[in-house]
Amino acid sequence: MFAYIIRRILAAVILLLVVSAVTFAIFFLLPRIAGETADQLAAQYIGKNPSPEAIAAVKQNLGLDQPLYTQYWNFLKGLVSGAEYKFGPEPATCHVPCFGYSFKNHLEVWPELSKRIPVTISLATGAAVLWLVSGVATGVVSALKPRSIFDRLSMGVALAGVSLPVFFTGALLLTLFSYEWPILDNLQYVDFTDNPLMWARNLILPWISLAFLYSALYARLTRAGMLETMSEDYIRTARAKGLAERKVVTRHGLRAALTPIVTIFGMDLGLLLGGALITEQVFSLQGVGQFAVQAISDNDLPKILGVTLLAAFFIVACNLVVDLLYALVDPRVRLS
Amino acid sequence: MRRSRTVALTAAAAAAVLVVTGCSSSSKSGDSSSSSSSSGGGGANAATKNIVNASDKKGGTVTFEMKGTPDSLDPGNTYYAYIYNFSRLYARPLTTFNPAAGEEGNKLVPDLAESLGAPSADGLSWTYKIRKGLKYDDGTPITSKDVKYAVERSNFAPDVNSNGPTYFHDLLVDNDTPYAGPYKDKTGDLKSIETPDDTTIVFHLKHPFADFDYLVSAPQTAPVPQAKDTGADYVKHIVSSGSFKFESYEDGKQAVLVPNTNWDKSTDPIRKQLPDKIQLKMNIDQATIDKDLLAGNAQVDLVGGGVDPQTQAQILQNPKLKASTDNAYGGRLVYLAINSKVAPFDNVDCRKAVQFAIDKVSVQTAEGGPIRGQIANTVLPPDIPGHQDFNLYETKDNKGDEAKAKDALKACGKDGINTVISARTERATEVAAATSIQAALKKVGINAEIQQYPQGKYLTDSAGAPQFTQDHNIGLMMMQWGADWPTGYGFLQQVVDGRAIKPSGNSNLSQLDDPAVNKMIDDAAINPDKNAREKIYGDIDKKVMEQAVIVPLTYFKVFLYRPDNATNIASTPAFSGEYDYLNIGTTK
Amino acid sequence: MTELQKTTAAAAPQSAPTGDPFLSVRDLRIHFDTDDGLVRSVDGVSFDLHKGRTLGIVGESGSGKSVTSLGIMGLHRSKRARISGEILLNGEDLIAAGPDRVRQLRGRELAMIFQDPLTAMHPYYTVGQQIVEAYRVHHPEASKRQARARAIEMLDRVGIPQPDRRVDDYPHQFSGGMRQRAMIAMALVNDPSLLIADEPTTALDVTVQAQILDLIRDLQEEFGSAVIIITHDLGVVAELADDILVMYGGKCVERGPAETLFDAPEHPYTWGLLGSMPRLDRELQDRLVPVKGTPPSLINVPTGCAFHPRCPYAALTDGRSGSELPVLAEAAPGHYAACHLPAAERHRIFAEEIAPRL
Repeated sequence: MFAYIIRRILAAVILLLVVSAVTFAIFFLLPRIAGETADQLAAQYIGKNPSPEAIAAVKQNLGLDQPLYTQYWNFLKGLVSGAEYKFGPEPATCHVPCFGYSFKNHLEVWPELSKRIPVTISLATGAAVLWLVSGVATGVVSALKPRSIFDRLSMGVALAGVSLPVFFTGALLLTLFSYEWPILDNLQYVDFTDNPLMWARNLILPWISLAFLYSALYARLTRAGMLETMSEDYIRTARAKGLAERKVVTRHGLRAALTPIVTIFGMDLGLLLGGALITEQVFSLQGVGQFAVQAISDNDLPKILGVTLLAAFFIVACNLVVDLLYALVDPRVRLS
Repeated sequence: MRRSRTVALTAAAAAAVLVVTGCSSSSKSGDSSSSSSSSGGGGANAATKNIVNASDKKGGTVTFEMKGTPDSLDPGNTYYAYIYNFSRLYARPLTTFNPAAGEEGNKLVPDLAESLGAPSADGLSWTYKIRKGLKYDDGTPITSKDVKYAVERSNFAPDVNSNGPTYFHDLLVDNDTPYAGPYKDKTGDLKSIETPDDTTIVFHLKHPFADFDYLVSAPQTAPVPQAKDTGADYVKHIVSSGSFKFESYEDGKQAVLVPNTNWDKSTDPIRKQLPDKIQLKMNIDQATIDKDLLAGNAQVDLVGGGVDPQTQAQILQNPKLKASTDNAYGGRLVYLAINSKVAPFDNVDCRKAVQFAIDKVSVQTAEGGPIRGQIANTVLPPDIPGHQDFNLYETKDNKGDEAKAKDALKACGKDGINTVISARTERATEVAAATSIQAALKKVGINAEIQQYPQGKYLTDSAGAPQFTQDHNIGLMMMQWGADWPTGYGFLQQVVDGRAIKPSGNSNLSQLDDPAVNKMIDDAAINPDKNAREKIYGDIDKKVMEQAVIVPLTYFKVFLYRPDNATNIASTPAFSGEYDYLNIGTTK
Repeated sequence: MTELQKTTAAAAPQSAPTGDPFLSVRDLRIHFDTDDGLVRSVDGVSFDLHKGRTLGIVGESGSGKSVTSLGIMGLHRSKRARISGEILLNGEDLIAAGPDRVRQLRGRELAMIFQDPLTAMHPYYTVGQQIVEAYRVHHPEASKRQARARAIEMLDRVGIPQPDRRVDDYPHQFSGGMRQRAMIAMALVNDPSLLIADEPTTALDVTVQAQILDLIRDLQEEFGSAVIIITHDLGVVAELADDILVMYGGKCVERGPAETLFDAPEHPYTWGLLGSMPRLDRELQDRLVPVKGTPPSLINVPTGCAFHPRCPYAALTDGRSGSELPVLAEAAPGHYAACHLPAAERHRIFAEEIAPRL
């Protein structure tokens, strides 16, 4: 098991390296191939009236005049050991992990980006708990009584949930509970450590709107999974032992039905941690997703690169956790 | 020198529109009444004429909300009109615009300086005396050297403070060996800015420039103490010279301003310092901003691009809400540039055929209707001084005239033309307008194919690159233009002066190079008499329209909502129709 | 010794042991409501079973043999199943008893082993955990340690080598035969009085099959429980069963002591089954002489004798087989068959046409 963990972690690190290389290539190599010169790239840092001297200064400052592989190496080096640039009277240290500087305001990317992470983590994990509990519970009950009124009703709601985009449900909730009946007005992110109560209060609407979408999905997934596992032979065996139905469902049915859900959950959570773009937009949460949207609309390459890598990191990390969990849950995986 | 401080708004402005009532001269009526002020709601468009809810009530929190983030709050590193406007709360430039509505808002008043600038007889130097007893929020005195430093850091260090325009760099006499800016050249300075004593500053120009007082109204002249300047990081610790100072700043999230206790009312005739706190929230969804305005949770939408189309519809259906709105000119012209260097539009009659053929009403509809813009027939918008009302190519109801167009085409010796219209991909309304133009042109035998280009490279690589337009037969180009400051020079020079034509980043899309026009621009630029200058700008407008190189489509308008609990609300043409942010308070 | 006269069932068999049977099934009917109609999976089946005896239920898939066994186990308690008749276990009617009561009996008095030991065991729990669970359901007072010791003991008993180590293995770490041994260990952990083995060897290869059958037989002798073996393979029951019950279309078509049934089968369907039985003592001819045709639909069961569409001798019944339901009639002492063919005719056909080919 230990060797398995080490193997998986190594694989994840290599994957991240590959992602970073590919991302770097997409943002810096492709434009170069398409004919963009180092001067043009440097000019993006300068804005209006880039004079040749200014371009030369930026190129030298950021190492844009060096070959691309050196630049990539420097980028990696910056990630692990920081770098030093000059954007003011004194040389400034770009702290670990150094993702470089924004084109737009020449601030370090990482400190701004890292400030967004708690927001997104709060949003994603809170919503995840909600949707996992409600989705799985709904799915199980539906599966145990297929075609019952509860089943039909909850699957109908689930269909609506899957079909309704967050920008609709979110905007609706916001309009109703922040403006029409302002019981949850003036929503803005408060750090959990500052005030856990306000943290939850201000996030509950985003959680619900995000969870509504996902719990619908998970209810359907759980229902399908449960229907399948509950017809498995080993469920019949469990019943033949004389186990109480509740135990049959939880110990034997749910345990197996949840395994694929854990995988999907890891993916979904990883994706969300990389930024819940729409939810963050609708609820004006200054999270990673909004950072990404802003970076893209500003065409701010270093920021885009940073947020892409962060998102990749979350996805890889979540998948790693899922893999390890999977091995814990399903003994058949361990040996292979 | 491309005008980008409001261009960015355009993207945001999927906004705004209301039935146009006033004609182009309506702002004149504001002249007499703008000093008086109404209290209470005041009705629709009240804040385009007067200060609405004028009040000296202190206290409360004024909340600004904005979609997205600003380029920077650093006064030396910004090019957005709304930050020019907002930054005056904490950064006093040498001059600024009078915080008032309508034409009154276009007036320059001295701010950090005691009075407007004094040009030398040859027009080559401008001298300002700054007020006495000025202090930063940390209590240290403000000197003219700090103004000089502010100009140096904002204009001569483009690799650090890259966002702002570099007019001073272009206009001031450079050192013998070009000045490398304060970050690289720590001992030297720019010789052409002199500070003979702590209150005097003298600028030496390469050539006379009558609008120099406007130039120094940019936040780039707001003083920055060199000892406190940390380059790009300065935005995190801005030292205040205004009535408010920073309590906190979180990039991409919010800034909180509180009254600057070292600001002295006696040194400042225009600021009021009303609220206890000013909060600027960034990255707020536009729909949320609109709701917060309607609910009175926020007082101002900082960007000032107008409300969402949905909110607009909601407001228009409700007379009570509509009474709290302003449909103001944004100091901007939406137009079609005709490329005078691409055949057959090198012939003025062929250009006239286009002028007559276009149905401006359908273009206006495509742009979002009358709330979004009033039909235009001149280059200068009504809110730029010097604007004169005329129409050289009258068609019935502005709907185009096939017969006249065909006559012009005949005079040009053509019965049909094949050409290309360029438009910016990201701007749906621009593409829609191009489509309606295409349809109108087709009726008279002009076949125009629409080509879309990304807006980020529109002026550098496609429409703004003359060789490219030549190679791709781009005869017609969709365009919008606003001025960096509200004068005829600020508006016209970049778009009609033949010497402004550049191989890339060109704004004179028509490539008009008319010696008469060029000379008139020069004459106006050095004419010290404001009225005479404005007269010349009106004449340039006519001259350009005679050349038929620009088809004015609409004067861009914004549709703003003002909450009842916001005080001292005035829509000012000096900042693209935004409310003036200097003295907004709240009754909340 | 009750003689039962029902519509389709004749009297219960005369079994060798005396006294009340441990399990007595009377006119069991299990029907299912489906969207396509009523499925008569089991339609009036009766039999008795004494302790220490083995009953083989034989039939094709869809004949109702598995449904019968699950019915006895009380595993058909869905809303869509309609069950009638009586299942008397030690005199207690399981159909009338509440689900909780049946659950208590299940695993303790009634145990079952299934066809595919891989799918029948939960992949996420160790073999030991699953046996312990089975034990502790009915022995809540037992500590985990006791239960584990019991599991190891049972694994040892069914012939798993090194049971104290293998107890912590997962099912996928066991070979097919070992898994089935583990299943048997799990079924017998509570000393059940009745063991139902549903196709216990079908999924195993031939050499292992014999070992498992031997094991079942040995264990039965040791524990003295009653056993029902369900199979489509007469070969399996030939080695184990004392009595055999042949099912077709949800009904019993022939029932009798194993020897007589093999030596003198009465029903043409049984002949077909015998013909499809591979025998090691004979050269393989057609490998399988299967019963031609397909099993009947249980929704629209053919009128008369359900087997008549496939019966090569249906023409010899004067049309009765297509219209009249044959009753189980005693053909020899304790040997019953439901067939319209006159007994003499049957014996002649078997002797002349069938026996030589077997």
